Amino acid sequence: MERYIFYIVAAIMIIFAIASVNSRKMMRSVIYLLFVLMGVAGIFFLIDYNFLAGVQLTVYAGGIIVLMIFSVLLVHHIELELQLAKTSKRILAAIASLIGIGVFLFTIYSYDFKVVENYNTTTTEQIGEKLLNFGDGGFILPFEVISVLLLASMIGAIIIAKGRKLEEKETEDGGQK
Amino acid sequence: MIEGISIYEILTLTTILFFIGIYGFITRKNLISILISVELIMNASVINFVVINKYLYPEMLQGVVFSIFIIAVAAAETALAISIIINLYRQIGSVEVEETEMMKY
Repeated sequence: MERYIFYIVAAIMIIFAIASVNSRKMMRSVIYLLFVLMGVAGIFFLIDYNFLAGVQLTVYAGGIIVLMIFSVLLVHHIELELQLAKTSKRILAAIASLIGIGVFLFTIYSYDFKVVENYNTTTTEQIGEKLLNFGDGGFILPFEVISVLLLASMIGAIIIAKGRKLEEKETEDGGQK
Repeated sequence: MIEGISIYEILTLTTILFFIGIYGFITRKNLISILISVELIMNASVINFVVINKYLYPEMLQGVVFSIFIIAVAAAETALAISIIINLYRQIGSVEVEETEMMKY
């Protein structure tokens, strides 16, 4: 049963990923990406990492997609069609990608993975203890660094998106006074 | 692990996703589309981390923790990239790669 669900999810992901990079309408491309991200969350559910699937759904499907939709709506007219790249360039890129897939698959299938049979579930508690553990193999330092990175990127995004026009307007207002 | 599915099939899926992302990264000419392709590539790598953790080293949690970090970095990167795109649109009125000539600031 799980096997067929995996195949269905994989087919959905590949079809929508191809549609996402080929669609001529910006908005549809973003929505197709949303389906791919949902498929990724589905695979996390299938291999029993429930917490990770939840994070994927909230951060990607809830946060990043909404950000992208906002930017598309701010930047584009919604019915605008994108111009496609030249046919020769697309064919070259497709051939290069196919060669890459071939090389990767050859490497993967010629390597013998030592798979351990297991069906135990990882609980959120274990992940939390690992993240906040400051003993051997703990991840408290990267955790704190990530929090600082998120704060820095938030401030940076605000400053960059505020832009120069606002500053110019302020100085113009100051000049008039 | 998924019943009846070997690690090879999942790695095949992520390889295909990764190279679809590369294809979009090369052919697209729009900054937001390039961002979408980068998201595809990152998601493929996240699945790889998680699957290898689950299939080969089930008693460890490094893969899960690293995928959480990758997701956080991806969120930060998207927020910054979108603020840059919006600022660029305000200044030159376009988000096509070819019309982005200046790199000031």
